[in-house]
Amino acid sequence: MKSKPTNRRGFLKGGAALAGLAAGAVQSVKAQPPDTFLRPRGTSKEQIAYGERSKYVTSKREPAPGRASPDAFGLAFHIGTPLQDQIGSVTPSALHYVATHRGAFVPEIDPKEHRFMIHGMVDRPLVFTMDELMRFPSVSRFHFIECAGNRARTTHKTVQQTHGLTSNSEWTGVLLSTLLKECGVQSAGTWIVAEGAEEVKGNSSIPMTKALDDCMIAYGQNGEPLRPQQGFPLRLLAPGYEGIFQVKHLRRVKVVDRYYWTYNDYGHRRSEAREAALATVWGPKSVITFPSGGQKVAGPGIYEIRGLAWSGQGAVKTVEISMDGGKSWKAAQLKGPTYKMAHVAFGLQWNWDGKECELQSRCTDDQGSIQPSLPQVAKYWNLPAGKEIRVKGLDNPIHPWKIASDGSVTNGMA
Amino acid sequence: MAWRKLLLPFALLGVCAWAQGPTYKMGRTPSADEVKAIDIAINPVTGKELPAGQGTAAEGTKLFVSKGCAGCHGANGYGGRAPTLIVPKGFPTGAGKGPEKIPNLAPGMEMGIMGPGLMAVHAPYAPVIWDYINRAMPLNREGTLTPNEVYAIVAFLMWKGEVIKEDEVMDQNTLPKVKMPHLDMATESPIWKPSSKRVTGYPY
Ligand code: HEC
Repeated sequence: MKSKPTNRRGFLKGGAALAGLAAGAVQSVKAQPPDTFLRPRGTSKEQIAYGERSKYVTSKREPAPGRASPDAFGLAFHIGTPLQDQIGSVTPSALHYVATHRGAFVPEIDPKEHRFMIHGMVDRPLVFTMDELMRFPSVSRFHFIECAGNRARTTHKTVQQTHGLTSNSEWTGVLLSTLLKECGVQSAGTWIVAEGAEEVKGNSSIPMTKALDDCMIAYGQNGEPLRPQQGFPLRLLAPGYEGIFQVKHLRRVKVVDRYYWTYNDYGHRRSEAREAALATVWGPKSVITFPSGGQKVAGPGIYEIRGLAWSGQGAVKTVEISMDGGKSWKAAQLKGPTYKMAHVAFGLQWNWDGKECELQSRCTDDQGSIQPSLPQVAKYWNLPAGKEIRVKGLDNPIHPWKIASDGSVTNGMA
Repeated sequence: MAWRKLLLPFALLGVCAWAQGPTYKMGRTPSADEVKAIDIAINPVTGKELPAGQGTAAEGTKLFVSKGCAGCHGANGYGGRAPTLIVPKGFPTGAGKGPEKIPNLAPGMEMGIMGPGLMAVHAPYAPVIWDYINRAMPLNREGTLTPNEVYAIVAFLMWKGEVIKEDEVMDQNTLPKVKMPHLDMATESPIWKPSSKRVTGYPY
């Protein structure tokens, strides 16, 4: 399996020379490279069936700080995606973060056996097979999912720890409104309870306003069926809502007339209505993924500062970057289309002079909401200033990274 | 109802008149038994989906051991590998305190993002406890408890949490009527509206 770069380079050179000398001429049989040059090397059957990444690419997920995954009972709880290694706006499906309402096992569900029921306050309760669901008009949309536990702390070292519980995929499925219409929602039906088929039967309450607006029953993720850890064969997407609402292994939607205080709802309860609203939907958020904690900037020179931005309220409008700890801001370039409730990669050229500095990014969404700094949040809520401010609702403050003169990068919150 | 406004655009486009019949005519109608079997989500206030049955704290005390709860949650409901279910003597009972004041005696098993919880005391409504134990416990043998057993275990945990008296019988009528001490800690979110800020006036 040894590669012979010299031979290959020789072949390429020869080819180029040939093309140059006899442009347009038909290559003679004699000039064709011998058989051995064409035979691929080290291609296993596995690589043909389902491609693996290069052995030089070793980026991997890891349990989020705190409760172990797997824990004492073999349950997985929170597993962070390596944002520091991500290239572009889409998270590879195999690296998508994983979180569960309760610690959970990954259920093995045969899609042929799986059923999805809509019942409750509807005129026509219905049960669908996966095949039937796929016959409905489909939509494909990019959306991020982010766990309510994605909360940066001073003790976190890397961006995988501070922000790794969010990922972005293209999801394909049926709009829930399409299916609800088939069932005929009764006027008393103001909420839904969406429930999974895994051992804990995790369920969440979602307002009918959301269910009819953009909720999706997804069976596809990034061009293939959902990953088991992402809810195979069917999951709910409530775009922009925090992770617990994105019910996996979806087996039923019950139309009801009130908030149901499911175990999921109970687990994320708040004592104030305003805070409860801020704990449901993500505000504008962004983070720099290069350079980020634990990485090293090689030395003075040109780099692209890179990161991701998103909002649960709509699309990202602008991202700005500060290279002086928040004193001045420059517009970053958005690397691709900005979809509603989706990550978008951003970047900005940076000529590092080798001096200590602090990098930050700030996102503004199409609702005009701006990602706050930690002191701004503290001021708004009259919280005592300090490093460990617990942001009310979901955590979306500007995240600082400190660059030392030797190029090492550390958490600027610390 | 704010959500009905949403239907207006559909109606105008003529895509659907909400009251009309189905468009795609796929799926089958489930039988009443099929719905009943799957319908384990309990209305927290009325408890209308609660099945018939009953139980007391005395029965629950025995079931807590025989059903394996004690093995994971500790002989007395604390000190095991699984989360604390009963506040040990000497610690605050939780009355008037937030959930963060309750020590979690199983390290690393904090419940939710509110810190250590104590369901049988902190749930806003008693059917919430019934619903969870019925659907999710005992771990690895979920869904095996009978309604009577769930009523009894819930009665036991609430009695230990000083929410009900030892001799109170829990059933589909009494359970929803239990006054939980921490209703104020669980406020419902205002109804969400499409394309709007999370909280009107909140700049972030
Ligand atoms: C095999 C171990 C095991 C057994 C047996 C078990 N539990 Fe649990 N229980 C757990 C674990 C682990 C959790 C935490 C779930 C999580 O977050 O992953 C839990 C959570 C709970 C909770 C929620 C705690 C809270 O405050 O949110 C309740 C209530 C509960 N169990 C009750 C019971 C009852 C009642 C029984 C007996 C019928 C029982 N458990 C049997 C392991 C177990």
